[in-house]
Amino acid sequence: MKDFIIPQFPPGSDPQDERDMGTPARSGAPVSLSIDGFAVTVPEGTSVMRAAAEAGIMVPKLCASDNMEAFGSCRLCVVEIEGRKGTPASCTTPVAEGMVVHTQSGKVKRIRKGVMELYISDHPLDCLTCAANGDCELQDAAGQVGLRDVRYAPGQNHFDPSGSGARSQAEARLRMPVDQANPRYVPKDESNPYFTFDPSKCIVCSRCVRACEEVQGTFALTIEGRGFDSKVSAGAATDDFLHSECVSCGACVQACPTATLQEKSVIEMGTPHRSVITTCAYCGVGCSFKAELNGDQLVRMVPYKHGKANRGHSCVKGRFAYGYANHRDRILKPMIRDRIDEPWREVEWDEALAFAAGRMSALQQKYGRRSIGVITSSRCTNEETYLVQKLARAVFLNNNTDTCARVCHSPTGYGLGKTFGTSAGTQDFDSVEKADVVMIIGANPTDGHPVFASRLKKRLRQGARLIVVDPRRTDIVRSPHVEAAYHLPLRPGTNVAVVTAMAHVIVTEGLVDEAFIRERCDWDEFQHYAEFVSQDRHSPETMQPLTGVPAADLRAAARLYATGGNGAIYYGLGVTEHSQGSTTVMGIANLAMLTGNVGREGVGVNPLRGQNNVQGSCDMGSFPHELPGYRHVKLPDVRKIFETAWGVEIDPEPGLRIPNMLDAAVEGTFKGLYCQGEDILQSDPDTHHVAAGLKAMECVIVHDLFLNETANYAHVFLPGSSFLEKEGTFTNAERRINRVRRVMAPLNGFEDWEVTQALANAMGANWTYTHASQIMDEIAATTPTFEGVSFALLEEKGSVQWPCNEAAPEGTPTMHVDHFVSGKGHFIVTEYLPTDEKSGPRFPLLLTTGRILSQYNVGAQTRRTANVVWHPEDVLEIHPHDAETRGVNQGDWVRLASRSGETTLRATLTDRVAPGVVYTTFHHPATQANVVTTDFSDWATNCPEYKVTAVQVSPSNGPSDWQECYNEQAERARRILPAAE
Amino acid sequence: MSPEKMVVMANQIAAFFNTQPGDPAPKVAAHLADFWEPRMRTQLQDYIRAGGAGLDPSVEAAARLLRD
Repeated sequence: MKDFIIPQFPPGSDPQDERDMGTPARSGAPVSLSIDGFAVTVPEGTSVMRAAAEAGIMVPKLCASDNMEAFGSCRLCVVEIEGRKGTPASCTTPVAEGMVVHTQSGKVKRIRKGVMELYISDHPLDCLTCAANGDCELQDAAGQVGLRDVRYAPGQNHFDPSGSGARSQAEARLRMPVDQANPRYVPKDESNPYFTFDPSKCIVCSRCVRACEEVQGTFALTIEGRGFDSKVSAGAATDDFLHSECVSCGACVQACPTATLQEKSVIEMGTPHRSVITTCAYCGVGCSFKAELNGDQLVRMVPYKHGKANRGHSCVKGRFAYGYANHRDRILKPMIRDRIDEPWREVEWDEALAFAAGRMSALQQKYGRRSIGVITSSRCTNEETYLVQKLARAVFLNNNTDTCARVCHSPTGYGLGKTFGTSAGTQDFDSVEKADVVMIIGANPTDGHPVFASRLKKRLRQGARLIVVDPRRTDIVRSPHVEAAYHLPLRPGTNVAVVTAMAHVIVTEGLVDEAFIRERCDWDEFQHYAEFVSQDRHSPETMQPLTGVPAADLRAAARLYATGGNGAIYYGLGVTEHSQGSTTVMGIANLAMLTGNVGREGVGVNPLRGQNNVQGSCDMGSFPHELPGYRHVKLPDVRKIFETAWGVEIDPEPGLRIPNMLDAAVEGTFKGLYCQGEDILQSDPDTHHVAAGLKAMECVIVHDLFLNETANYAHVFLPGSSFLEKEGTFTNAERRINRVRRVMAPLNGFEDWEVTQALANAMGANWTYTHASQIMDEIAATTPTFEGVSFALLEEKGSVQWPCNEAAPEGTPTMHVDHFVSGKGHFIVTEYLPTDEKSGPRFPLLLTTGRILSQYNVGAQTRRTANVVWHPEDVLEIHPHDAETRGVNQGDWVRLASRSGETTLRATLTDRVAPGVVYTTFHHPATQANVVTTDFSDWATNCPEYKVTAVQVSPSNGPSDWQECYNEQAERARRILPAAE
Repeated sequence: MSPEKMVVMANQIAAFFNTQPGDPAPKVAAHLADFWEPRMRTQLQDYIRAGGAGLDPSVEAAARLLRD
C-alpha cells in the first residue's frame, strides 16, 4: 500500500528525481482508491493522474505538468473509472474514496494512440536532427502509447514550409527551398538571445501560456486563433518574443514538451548528459539550479524543482545570464605592477602572492597594524567570506574588515538587531503563500527579486491585498491581474515619517494587538512609543505636506495592514539607503510588533537582500565591529572563542567601515586593501572620493573575475573563480544555507578560498584547509547559530535555515515563534529627522537610484552577457513636466549634476516617477551614476544615502569631462604587458 | 575624514539618541565606542579639544564619557 506522499517532495530521496507528477500536490484528508490494482492513499483534491504517479504509474500526458493547474486539453491521459461513464482525463479528475481506476485498458490505449496519431500528423518527423532529440515529451509519449504509424495523408499542416507534402522540414527544403509557400507555416522566431520559438513544432498544449500566467505571472503569451488556426503568440501579432512583454524567465521554455521553445545553447551544443545542483550567484532569492553539462561544458542552467527558495522557477539572470563565466574579459593569470600608472605584468601565482604579502606586511611595519584591511564580498561564498575576515583578524591582527552590505543592508543588521534581537529576516519565502496583506516598502521585487515576485504575484492573484510604499510606480503596483490596494508615492527621504504615521493610525484607532505586545514585548517601551506616535504631529494629515502621501490613503493602508489578516512586510534598499535607514528598519519592526505580525507563517519582516550572499557575508563576521554570528568584538568571551580557534589575540576595538577606510586613506593612515569580489569604485557613493581613497593607497589587491573599475587603482590582481568553479555555501534572504557545488574546474586553477589561504600563508599564517567543508566546520564550531551546519547535513537536507543547532537541528523557517531572540521585543521611538541633502534652486530635483531586471548590481556579470539587449545603457527617468521645462525630449542626452559631480546619459520621459523626482540605475561604468551621489549616509551604519541626491538636469551634447577623463584613465590602467618568456 | 564630515556623522548619531528616552550622552558614547574605529574617536577628541565647533552637546558629553 502506498501511503501519504509529502506534498513538496516527490517519491524517492534521490535529489535528481524530478519526475513530473502531472498536477500539483494537494493537502487534505486522506482518500484511498485503487489504480491498476494498487491501493493508493492520497490527500483529498489530488488528481487521478497524480495519485497514479504516486503509485509509480505514469499516465501518458502532454498538457499536464505538476507546476501548473490541470488543463485537460491533450486528452492523452484518459483513463477508465469503474462506475463512471466515458474516459475522463485523469489530470482534471479528482480522486474519490473507493474509486477503481484503470489506466491501461484496451479502450484508453486505443484512444491515446489515436490522439497521438493526430498530433504527429501535424508535427515534422525531424526527430534525429531536432534539438530536443532525447529530451522531448512528445517523442516520449509517442513511444509510451506505442505509436507505430501515422495513417493520415499529408494535408494542411504547420510544419512544412514548402507546402509540398513533405513529412519533415529537411525534406521540404530539398523539395522546395523557398520558405512560406505554406501559408500556415510560421518561421522560427530567433529574436530572443537565449531561446528560439519554432511554431512549426508546437502542439498547442498551452503549457507555455499557462507557465507564463501561473508560474511567472507575466501573462505575456496567449493562444491566438481557434481550432486548427490556434497558435501561441507573444502579445500582438506584430510582436516577436524580444519585443513582447516576455521577461525571459524561461518558464515557458521549461514547460514546453517539444522543441518549440528551445534554449539556443542546446541547439548549439546538444542535449546535456550530466547535471550538478547548485545555487544561483545573482540576487538574494538564492534560487537552486541544475547546471546541465556535456563534460565540463555548461549547456544550460535549469531551475531545480526541489529548490526551497525558488520551487522550480527562475529569472532571466539565473536561467540564462551565466555566459560571463567564460567571457573573454576574464583574467586568468595573476598580475602585478609597482605603480598604478604602469601596465600590468602577468606573473606566476607565487610571485604575485609574495609581492602582495610583502607589500602588505611592509605597510603594517611602516604605518602600523591598523593601516591595512579587507573587503569581503556578498558574491562570494560563506566560506570565502569567513576566510577573508579571518585574514584581517588573525593575520593583519585588526578588525578592518567590511563588506558590500555596508552600502545596502547594514541598517537592517542594526535595526532588526535592536528591535528583534537578530539581524535577519523572520520568514522563509514559502511564508508569502499564507500572507493576507503584503506591504512592500522601498523594494522593486519584479526587477530585483523576480522569482520571489512571481510567488508574491501568485498569492496576490489568489486574493491577498497589496500596499506599495515607493516614490516610483513600480511594476508590482499594477500588472496583469495584480493591482495594489494602495500605492503611497512618498517623497524620497520621508520613509520614517510615513512609517511613523502608519503607527499613529494603528495606535490612535485602537488597532494594536495588545495581547501580543503584553506577552512578547517590553510593555514600558511600548507605552512610551504609543505616546510618541499618538502625537498629532505624526498624524497622516500633518505629515501629508511633508511626505506627499494623501492622508486618506495612508490611513486606509495602515488599517488594512493592521486588520487584514496576516500582514507581511517586505522591504529593500529604498528603506536602508537613507540617512535614516536604520530608523526606518526599526519603524518597520515596530509596525509588525504593534499588530502582532511576527512569529508565525504569513507575517513577519523580510529584508529583500540585493546580492546572493548578503545575509551570509554579514553572518560571517564581515562587519568591522562584530565576529561571526553578530557578536561584538568588545566581548571578551566571544573573542576567546576565536582566539582559541585561531591561536592569536583579537583586537577588541572596532575596525574601519568602507567609507571610513577611504577617508583614512585620503588622510594617509590607511594604506593597503585586499578587495575580494567587489567593485567599490562603481558601486560605492561619491566616485571622486572613492577614487581619491584608492589612489592614496600603496597596495590595492583586487581579487576578481575581471579587471573591474576598482582594479584601475590596483597593484595586484588575483584572478577569481566563478560560482561554477567552487565548493561552498550561500545564505539567501530567508537565512537559507544552500550548497554551491563545483560544476567545472576553476579556470584560474584555484577556488577563491584557496587564494585567500595562500595570501594568508604568504604573510606567515599556517592555514591548512583542503576543502571548503572544513571551513564550514570551523564556522559551526565557533558560531552558535551555525552549530549544526555541515556539508553532510546540507547533502542530506538540501538546505537549512539558521539558526541550526541543538534546539533546531533542521533549521528555523520562522524566527521569533515563542519569544524574540532578544527575549522581549523592543519598541524604539522613530523621530523623523530630514536628511541634510535638500533640493533647492541650484539642484531642484531629487535623484533616486535602483536596479533593472536584466542587469545586476554594477553589471560586471550581466553586462558580459546577452542581457545587454534589454538594457544597453543607464537612462534617466524624468517626469514629462520636468522634462518640458528643461527642453528635454525623449532619448535626449542630458547632464545630471549634483554637488558631488556630474555625468551624462539619455533621458526617458515617464510618469512612473513623480514631478520633482528622477531615477536611474548604476549598472554601467560609462555612466557611473555614483559620480553624482553624495557622501551622506545612515546615522548608525554609514550606509550611503543613494536614494536621495539633489540634482539638476539639463540638455547635454555629450560626455562630461569626468567621463572623458575616466575613459582615458581606465584604458591606460588596463594595459597588460605580455608575460615574460 | 574631513572635520565637516565627522561633525555631520557625530551629530546624526546625537540627533537620533536625543529623541530617545533618558540621557542621550551614554548612548551616544556607547555607539561611538561600538562603531567608530579608534582613530575616528581620536579625531573627535582632538576636534573637541580644539573647540568642537558645530558639535551637538550630546556628542561633547559623550566624548567626555569616553575620555573618563
